[in-house]
Amino acid sequence: MSSTVLMQLCILIPLVGAVLIGLSSRAPNIREGVTLMSAALLLAVVAGLYLDPAALETGTLILAEPVAGAAIKLELEPLGLLFAGVASLLWLITSLYTIGYMRANQEQHQTRLYICFAIALASTMGIAMAGNLFTLFIFYETLTLSTYPLVAHKEDEDAIFGGRFYLGILMSTSIGLLLPAIIWVWHAGASIDFVPGGVLPSDMSVTSVWVLLFLFAFGIGKAALMPIHRWLPEAMVAPTPVSALLHAVAVVKAGVFCMVKVLVYIFSADILLQSGANLLLITLASVTIVVASLIALQQDNLKRRLAYSTVSQLSYITLAGALLTPISTTAAMLHIAAHAFGKITLFFGAGAIYTAAHKTRVSELSGIGRRMPWTMGAFAIATLSMIGVPPAGGFISKWYLFQGIWTSGYWFLLLILLLSTLLNCAYFIPIVYAAFFRAETYTPEHTPGQAHGEAPWTMVLALCFTAILSLMLFFYPDTVLHLAQQLNGGG
Amino acid sequence: MNHLPAIQVIIPLLSAPLCLLLRWRTGAWLIALLATWATFGVSLVLFRTVMLHGAISYDMGGWPAPWGINYHIDSLSAFLVLIVTGIGALTLAYAYKSVKREIRPESLRAFYALLLICQAGLLGIAVTGDAFNMYVFLEISSLSAYALIGLGQRRRALRAAFQYLVMGTIGATFILIGIGLLYSLTGTLNIQDLAARVALIPESAYGHRTLITAFAFLTVGFSLKLALFPLHLWLPNAYTYAPSVVTVFLAATATKVAVYMLLRFSFCILGKRFVFEQLTLGNILLLPSLAAILIGSMVAIFQYDIKRMLAYSSIGQIGYMTLGISLNSHAGLSAGILHMFNHALMKGALFMVMGAVVYRTGSVYLSDFRGLGRRMPWTMAAFVLGGMSLIGFPLTAGFISKWILVEATLEAGWWPVTGIVLLGSLLAVIYLWRVIETAYFNPRHEIEHGTEEAPLSLLLPMWILVGANIYFGIDTSIPLDMAERAATLLISGGAL
Repeated sequence: MSSTVLMQLCILIPLVGAVLIGLSSRAPNIREGVTLMSAALLLAVVAGLYLDPAALETGTLILAEPVAGAAIKLELEPLGLLFAGVASLLWLITSLYTIGYMRANQEQHQTRLYICFAIALASTMGIAMAGNLFTLFIFYETLTLSTYPLVAHKEDEDAIFGGRFYLGILMSTSIGLLLPAIIWVWHAGASIDFVPGGVLPSDMSVTSVWVLLFLFAFGIGKAALMPIHRWLPEAMVAPTPVSALLHAVAVVKAGVFCMVKVLVYIFSADILLQSGANLLLITLASVTIVVASLIALQQDNLKRRLAYSTVSQLSYITLAGALLTPISTTAAMLHIAAHAFGKITLFFGAGAIYTAAHKTRVSELSGIGRRMPWTMGAFAIATLSMIGVPPAGGFISKWYLFQGIWTSGYWFLLLILLLSTLLNCAYFIPIVYAAFFRAETYTPEHTPGQAHGEAPWTMVLALCFTAILSLMLFFYPDTVLHLAQQLNGGG
Repeated sequence: MNHLPAIQVIIPLLSAPLCLLLRWRTGAWLIALLATWATFGVSLVLFRTVMLHGAISYDMGGWPAPWGINYHIDSLSAFLVLIVTGIGALTLAYAYKSVKREIRPESLRAFYALLLICQAGLLGIAVTGDAFNMYVFLEISSLSAYALIGLGQRRRALRAAFQYLVMGTIGATFILIGIGLLYSLTGTLNIQDLAARVALIPESAYGHRTLITAFAFLTVGFSLKLALFPLHLWLPNAYTYAPSVVTVFLAATATKVAVYMLLRFSFCILGKRFVFEQLTLGNILLLPSLAAILIGSMVAIFQYDIKRMLAYSSIGQIGYMTLGISLNSHAGLSAGILHMFNHALMKGALFMVMGAVVYRTGSVYLSDFRGLGRRMPWTMAAFVLGGMSLIGFPLTAGFISKWILVEATLEAGWWPVTGIVLLGSLLAVIYLWRVIETAYFNPRHEIEHGTEEAPLSLLLPMWILVGANIYFGIDTSIPLDMAERAATLLISGGAL
């Protein structure tokens, strides 16, 4: 099959899946079967694209052209392929996990959840393969809209408020800042296509470059740079599988992916370095890394702590992108994968704890490692990846990031990185320590009589799987590295 | 000789008395349905002819132009006729059940007759090439519209109709005074003839002042009819209390026709140079347009009657059209004209949703929407999609007109205006979101009234319009081409 057909299938499979899920709403087993089938098919298609060496040279595919110059255009490039691969792989695993979670917790509106999940994945694929800013914007917005019902899933006051916050921040930044930025690029560069080496004219004034970068930095709200990161912790009212896939992988990675893509294919390294505008991003990202870690330290709610950790980790990727050296771009790509595998494991762990023990707070987790050894074991591995210690994938990406900083010469960033690593230890290690080495404590709600073991097997299987992926990335980083080489070779 | 230009006005005009003469109520609807579909067919033929061969000129009764009344259909008229007849045809298909529920049986036949007369009037305005004839058609459409609004279920409909009657009549009188002044100055009423003679009046001449006065009266008159902020006061009540079908029809067509008249008089009679360079209509329209976009949308956020909310949203959307005109550039005019078409599609769809909700629940307060996402899934899905078009979400028709408008503002270098256009979209997100959130994310209403989906005869026209919103958001060639042609025509003074 030609790769253009495969690219279209990537978007169509989840969409068709969504329709079929809707049709089979009365038979939960068939419905879940459809979800798993479409996830598996999607993964197969993306794998097909990955394994086909000619796929990256396929060229572009124009689906429609509503306004002259602004076409809906798909194009495959290494960064997008990586993002699509990570998202589709994790969709399959998350589906497994979701089924266990939703059934064990007897959640309402399950059909709506699965449908929105599938649509969100279709949008993610669209973002990954967008050939120009216009297409990117369309799928960026559909991703926001399709994930809103997931955030507001519980339909209680908290969920509705969280949903409003989520939608309000993401929509207002994208319409208010990102869209003007895109239009500006169109006017300045006469094109909104993603071209290696950028489309902006080299004679653009320094102020314009700064302002434009500012618009992109905050317009892409999903990248959660401070101070517009607040939607992410608010979105934690969603059921845990949603937080896991969307707010550790699809949505937030879409944000940093857009950011890196804009830096690589719209701006060029020359323009940014000459005007010094990349300092803006570097500063914002550094501040976000440190401040978000500090806030994470104070969170007692496990999911909120993870959310702030995500905010901080996302800025690693933005920072790596903003350094504008080939090796730091490699770091950004590696960290997209490493953080995805690690953070999804952590969220899976949080969900498993909630399902089995109904505990949501860090302070309640003493001794839980003995009741749920698999879950907490995977959690510990993911923690290593977050901190960046071997033998976890996070080490590799941090290694490349250090090299990137070395070559670009922003020495103070080493300090930031060091500080953040310490902070990561400070907010993750106590959880693992308490889980394994402290005696269980009892609160009025949690009495010794409520003995519990592991969560349902599908959930445990899923989180072990993602933990193994985290380890694999350390031992076999080539899968990502060769894509990075192609990106740097082409750009 | 080809009589189609006359026939399409005559069909609804003559079918109206037939509706009244018939004693059979369903028959009245059937006649109206047939009449609107026949006019739609005719308008398609006309549209095609104009697209292929250029403007059509038709002399009424065979009298040549300056003496007799002349119908002139160019690309702008053809576009407008297509909007009016298309919406008319869908509205009538939609009307049967909704009207049966909302209108007293004894007024049914009169209702259909009035609706047809109103359509005839609007079509007449679009095709006539005679200024006074245009006024006559305006009165035909307006008077029938007042009566139609007065037929609303609630007693307040009468007050709304009276309010509209007073404001509308003031507007129409101003227009009449303007036309009278032009006549006294030139001695002719034919639009092409008028244009030629007005162009000959030198700036220093005594008559020039008369011209300015005529312009002032006409602009205020049209602004009243098209509900330009702050002359919009009649609109929210009229749209809120009118029967659902009437709201669909008027919201999608009547204001567009008023915009058309403004365009026709400004560009084709008074001339672009006089209107925009000497009297700066661009600046005159700019501020009210921006105020309409901002204030209309903001007021919409605080409405609890959703029909009223959409009415305020209409005021904002009209602001987009007049903003396009005030830019006085090819791109701006194209955007304004395209938005006439796209706004008809989206507001038609949204008001049809309102009709369906009224059909099942009796009213459209925000609280009535609780749990509707589950009870009326198709209706609410149509609301979501129509709303996305209203916001200007990519892949919907609304996006295209906003995109071109933004382009035009950038071309003119009006950065702050671009910001306001985008802000308007954000405000639209807010006011539509209240409804969507209530419909999908609220526990069900305790009082169970009407637990099923709206009937198919309401859903089908609604979804045709929703489909059109999406289709014309992806394949924009036809409306965009037409809007650009119309803009070219206007800028050249209508001489094509």
